[in-house]
Amino acid sequence: MQLRSIVELLGCEVLCSREALGVDVPSCFAADLMSDVLAFATPNALLVTGLTSVQAVHTADVAECAAILFVGAKRPSREALELAERRAIPLLSTSHSMFEACGVLRAAGIPPARKA
Amino acid sequence: MTGPTPPLADGAAEEVLYSESFRIVGNDFEHGGEVAARVKAILKQLGFPGDAIRRVSIANFEAEMNVIMYAEEGTLDLAVVPGGVRVTVADRGQGIPDIDWAMQEGHSTATPEMRARGFGAGLGLPNIKRNSDEFAITSTVGTGTTLRYVVYAGLSAEN
Repeated sequence: MQLRSIVELLGCEVLCSREALGVDVPSCFAADLMSDVLAFATPNALLVTGLTSVQAVHTADVAECAAILFVGAKRPSREALELAERRAIPLLSTSHSMFEACGVLRAAGIPPARKA
Repeated sequence: MTGPTPPLADGAAEEVLYSESFRIVGNDFEHGGEVAARVKAILKQLGFPGDAIRRVSIANFEAEMNVIMYAEEGTLDLAVVPGGVRVTVADRGQGIPDIDWAMQEGHSTATPEMRARGFGAGLGLPNIKRNSDEFAITSTVGTGTTLRYVVYAGLSAEN
């Protein structure tokens, strides 16, 4: 599914890197624990998180996530936003909770991005 | 490169193609991840395969965050050798009393602040080991910890 479809599906605000909304998102990984993402997420996943620190963006960069979706209407820190812009990683924000957002994405057919 | 990749043991004669040292400051959460990002950019420029870069970067990020969370200061030494990437992360800090305990997933002495940053759940050291082809850790309580890990990879120009 294209990232722009996810933006529509969850009524997301696009916070940066709008030019990358055409990217395909094959799978999704949700965590507030960045070590979990680093350990278990497969590349190109959409990272769904409530963690808004700069480490969330570093994690997405290192783990090669396609984009970050912040849940609960959370907004990233200024450092996080600037880093994401430099790395061309789209940041999205939705008012849905983690549980709701994941439910919607799963119901739309997006599979989990977890290593076996 | 031909034949199997040789293990990268402590060889005095090992040829180093590129090396650089990076300083990590304890408790500097604001910059946590920048060393891993800089090394990633270097490896990309040198032409390493994506999978190897991802594994080195994950290990480096976890190691960098460990220094920030638990030590006063440390260094990450990068050495590109013919068979891959060798990294040494040495810190001056509290050390680890029981390495076997610390190497098990879920075992952590992290504070709530560290956990609020998305780290400190006891996955860091196992995660570094999981992404390395060689891994060694030594630690002295009250002095510090040294990690040494290697990811085997060939430079694309040599493949």
